[in-house]
Formats: sequence, structure tokens, C-alpha cells
Amino acid sequence: MAAIAVASLTKSFGEVHAVNGVSFEVAQGECLSLLGPNGAGKTTTTEILEGYTKPDSGHVEVLGHDPQHADLAWRARLGIVLQSVRDLGDLTVIEAVRHFAQYYPNPKDPEAVIAAVGLTHKAGSRNDQLSGGQRRRLDVALGVIGNPELLFLDEPTTGFDPEARREFWDLIESLKADGATILLTTHYLDEAERLADRVAVIARGRIIACDAPHLLGNRNTGLAVVSWTEGGIAHQEQTAQPTLLTQELAHRFNGEVPDLSIKRPSLEDTYLALIDGDELRGDAR
Amino acid sequence: MSHAIRLGSKRVGVELKQFFRDRESAMFNFALPMLLLVIFGSVFGGQSLEGTDITFAQYFVAGMIASGILYTSFQNLAISIPLEREDGTLKRLRGTPMPKASYFIGKIGMVFVAYVAQVTILIAVGVAFYGIDLPSTPNRWLTFVWVSVLGLIACTLLGIAYSVVPKSGRGASAVVTPVVLILQFTSGVFFVFNQLPQWMQTFASLFPLKWLTQAMRYVFLPDQAQAAEVAGEWELGMCALVLVIWVILGAILALVFFRWTPRGSKS
Repeated sequence: MAAIAVASLTKSFGEVHAVNGVSFEVAQGECLSLLGPNGAGKTTTTEILEGYTKPDSGHVEVLGHDPQHADLAWRARLGIVLQSVRDLGDLTVIEAVRHFAQYYPNPKDPEAVIAAVGLTHKAGSRNDQLSGGQRRRLDVALGVIGNPELLFLDEPTTGFDPEARREFWDLIESLKADGATILLTTHYLDEAERLADRVAVIARGRIIACDAPHLLGNRNTGLAVVSWTEGGIAHQEQTAQPTLLTQELAHRFNGEVPDLSIKRPSLEDTYLALIDGDELRGDAR
Repeated sequence: MSHAIRLGSKRVGVELKQFFRDRESAMFNFALPMLLLVIFGSVFGGQSLEGTDITFAQYFVAGMIASGILYTSFQNLAISIPLEREDGTLKRLRGTPMPKASYFIGKIGMVFVAYVAQVTILIAVGVAFYGIDLPSTPNRWLTFVWVSVLGLIACTLLGIAYSVVPKSGRGASAVVTPVVLILQFTSGVFFVFNQLPQWMQTFASLFPLKWLTQAMRYVFLPDQAQAAEVAGEWELGMCALVLVIWVILGAILALVFFRWTPRGSKS
């Protein structure tokens, strides 16, 4: 059974169709990343799955339950890292994590979780004295303290420095290794590529592409760019058959091709092309 | 249910830590009645009520304690809950398996502890510096307790319900403080109640603070002061009745109107 199953989901706020017919599934133990521009409907979709928002129509099942009619035992199986919360400022890191651990039937060890998010040296500090990135790590700690089967991460690494982001990725991968299902909303494509088994691109309330990161938008079979230097001049050629071109080049140069590189479109290139294409279609309408 | 109570007791601890560590709001709720007592005590000090040997300080300590009930429960919650709604406290809690009841138990427990601390200091200062006499009979102490408990429960529930009125956390004190001030002016906290205009007395009789103040006068004044009451007696039965009605009304209002998300928010 899928951990998350969504079909034909819609939600409007007044005239704005925030979610406009979204369908997808997330298998047990899978990490799905929702990508999309601001206002595309990522957070609304996530908050419907978390039970915060009531959808207008469509079918939603999260861990076998409708989030609108689920009980606290269901909640105990979820971990939620929300966007932009600024609470708990008057408690210390360790106080907050220990307190939230008490809400769950089978929590992780608070000290271990604080170590895993890299806050051990700040455990005794008041939360309102943490930096933005440290605050975010506390949010992640509170999201995973209950040992969740399903973890929602809404832009979890905003404000992290590169090193902290890598540590965070290791933490999430260890949760995945333990079998947790993860729904990750992010703006960082490298993060999605590293963590997600599949990415779903949302634009204007609909999913316009959903696939494994290396397959998205036919990245693997799309045009590759082959570049090399010939006679002191940089050359570049787009081709669907990069191997053939390279072979020709090797033949021409009779061996090594100077400065040879073959580039498939990056996830970012593919993502931007998908979003641009969608906007063009939207404007044409 | 026992789970909700157990987690509720844990919430009391966390609520108290946050209450006392947030110095501004703790001061506001906590030191205000004391400040009032100091001002009233210094201005009127040894003066006596007309025709009695009851000092003004002794008369007004009842109003300060009754105000303390209103500050620690109603004012405290009606200002702090909108902030919690705004900064994500409530949203985060709703995302956990914490029973909603635990949140309310936490608030009530926090209010009770804060009140006990406040009233203890208030009475100690009154006794030490302004010659306040402690309640003279066991009945008066008993009344002190039940009036405090009923008043705290009613005003806590009303504070939870009223927390939906402020549109934002920042503007909360602007719509909460006037309510408290109007009740204080009309309920005999700042003035001798029987000297207030009739319509003001009638208005105040609809709300808990007048009855809390009146019952606290019974607690702190000698029997001879009974004659100075508007009804010529303490009306403790009526006081209990009004408070119980407000407890029920407060519970209904809190259940119907309380919300976890800011008004006009998406979720």
C-alpha cells in the first residue's frame, strides 16, 4: 500500500486555484520531492496531506487514513517540519526536544537527535538566540523526534550553510535507510537530486512532470552538448547522438580530442525548461 | 484521558518556563497588581473609609487580588494566545499527537501557579508595608480559595475565547487591556463600589470582576463593612452563582470560538 495516495486534488482560495487537479502516489520508504516556483501549490498540497487544510475535492489517503478524519495515533506516525515557525523562543534546545519527545509513544533519544542535527554545542542555548540555520535544525529535530514513518519536510534547509546542508542530507538518508517515507519540498535542485527517488514538478497547481531525477523530462535521452577545442577555437554542438559525434571527433583528431566534454542537461536545466514551457502554454491560453 | 492529563501536566511546566522567561509579559501580568497596591497604599495609606476604622489599603487589596485573577488568566491568555497563533506554536502542536485538552490543561495550570505566586507576594507586601490584616476566620480563607478557583477557571476560559478577537498578535493588548480597565473602573477596584453611579454598578454586575472583588472584600474586611455593600450584605451565594454561570458560558464560548489558526489564514 502506498504511504501517500492523492487523486484529483483541488483547493481554491477565493479566485486562486492553488491546487488544480493534483494526483500522485508515494510508496512506503520512498522519498518524493515536490519542486516548483513560489505559489505553485507545493505548500498547500503538503498542508492538505498533513491535515491542516481541507481540500475542496479529490481523494487523499495518508498512511491509510483521510487526514481530515484521522486520530492522534495517526499523528504519532508523522513528522512535520513546517515552513516559517518562530515559536519556542523562551525554551532551550534540549528542553524543547525533550518536551516534544513526550508527545510520542516511541520517540528517539533527544540527545542523539540533537547530535544528529548538529546542535549539541547549542543544546543549552535559548532558541531565540539561535541563528536562522540553527533554528531550522531545531525544527528538523522536532520533526524527527517521534521516530516518524512519514516525514514532511517543507523547505528544510533554508538558511543552512553548505556544510550544514550536507550533514542534513546524511541525517535524512539515515532516516530513509531506517525505512521512513519522505515528502520533501525544496527550492534546491541539488538537494532533490541527492535525496529524492522521484521528483514531481508542480506549476500553477498541477503536476507537469514526475520521474526519477535522472529521467525527468527525458534528461537521459535529451540533446547532449558536446564541446571541444579545434584550432584554438571553442566548438559546441547539440546532438541526440553524442557517442557517434565523439567517435567522429576522435577519428578526426586521430586520438584525444582537446578539451572534450559531453554534458547532459542538468536537473536545473530540465526543471527550468519545464517551468518555462508551462508558462508559455499558460500565456498562450 | 489520563494521557491527556499527564501531557497536560508536562505542558504546565513548559508554559511556566515560557511565562516567567518572557520578562516583559511576566512583569506586565505579574507586577501590575503589586504596583497598583503600592500606588494606592502610598496615596491613601492610613486614611480610613468614612465612619469606619477600615483603611483604604485594606479596602483596595480585595480589588487588587480580584484584578490579579483577571490579569493572570483573562488578560494573559487573550494577549499570549494570538501571539502563539501567529508564531506557529499552535500550528506545530496541532501537527503532533498531543491531545488538544493537554494544551488547555497547560494553560489553566500555568494560570493557577502564576496566580498563587502573584497573590502570595501581593499579600506579603501588603502585610509588611501597608498594615493589611490577613483574613480573620477559616470561613474567610475557604471563601478566598473557592472564589479564586472559580474566578480563575471562568476568566481562563473567557481569555481563551476572547483570544480570537485580536486580529494579530501585535494588536492584541490594544483590544484586551481596555476591557480589563473598563471592568476595573466599574467594579470597585479603583473606587469604592457603593459610591459609583447606579448604571455603572448595574453594568458591572453582569461581569465576574465585580463579584470577585465583592467576595474578596468579605475575605479581607471585618463584618461591620457588610453594611457598606450596595445590597447591605456580602451576597456570597449570588457571587458563586454568577461565577458558575460565567464558567459555563466561558466553556461554551471557548469551545465554539477557539481556533488554532489566525483569522483569514489559508488553513
